[in-house]
Amino acid sequence: MKAKVYVTLKPSVLDPQGKAIHHSVELLGFEKIGDVRQGKYFEIALDPGITEDEARETAEKIARDILANPVIEDFSVVVDPNGT
Amino acid sequence: MKFGVLVFPGSNCDHDAYHVLSKHVGQPVDFIWHRETDLSGYDAVIVPGGFSYGDYLRSGALARFSPVMGAVKEFAAEGKFVFGICNGFQILCEAGLLPGALMRNGNLHFVCRHVNIRVENAGTPFTSAMPKSRVLSIPIAHADGNYVCDDATFRAMEENGQIVFRYCDDNGEPTADANPNGSRSNIAGICNLDRNVLGMMPHPERACEELLGSNDGRDIFRSLANNIAALAA
Repeated sequence: MKAKVYVTLKPSVLDPQGKAIHHSVELLGFEKIGDVRQGKYFEIALDPGITEDEARETAEKIARDILANPVIEDFSVVVDPNGT
Repeated sequence: MKFGVLVFPGSNCDHDAYHVLSKHVGQPVDFIWHRETDLSGYDAVIVPGGFSYGDYLRSGALARFSPVMGAVKEFAAEGKFVFGICNGFQILCEAGLLPGALMRNGNLHFVCRHVNIRVENAGTPFTSAMPKSRVLSIPIAHADGNYVCDDATFRAMEENGQIVFRYCDDNGEPTADANPNGSRSNIAGICNLDRNVLGMMPHPERACEELLGSNDGRDIFRSLANNIAALAA
């Protein structure tokens, strides 16, 4: 059982790192790139014996308590029951 | 009167704070390892600068879970003084003792130089030895000092006098050019509603000797010591 947590900056928060990456992407010659935003990705391995709902609940609590700062970030959780 | 300086794995301004409090403020100081849970006997706790837990996840995010931070929350709730400098400011925001958050500098640079900051509120225990609008020369050294908060929080802080220091130019004007990190409204330091918890990105403990380019930082520590003495009297 694996939970995947995506942490992203709130839309209202400026992302200077994403902006710098966007600039480099354009320098590489990619065109029509509207925007780049940087976030964080976490994989949490959970006990295979628990249900998907329990896995989601646990991962959401971890995300809320530590992985994301609610002042500047949002998060989303995807549970993969076959993930190892 | 007794000061404590917290020490986390990765703190690196703890000795500077200790030196200033013992030598320039002339008061007893202890180092407090982050696993301690008892802050009884202390009047003020400094959360020093550095790179606690290697700045992993977010600056200050992991230090919040150190055992001592539960005691710091109770200590602050009792009205005792908590002073976070640089990484200490980041830790206090992450711990919810101060509003808002500190993000990567807008210019993406680690900025290490003297800046001017203006005293916005001289009515706090940390600034009472200085006149309002006094300009202090204090060094900064950070990559994540870009203060952000939502509009409602910002308005409330302005109304309540919680914005204690702003980055400014030589004339005391908080211009965009004088803002080293993109911080909202040039904010360099804030306090909580009760005014007993202060966080600031500049390092006053590095500005207490002429030899180091400025001794403007002394008045912040002296303000605090004066207020602790007045409370005890």
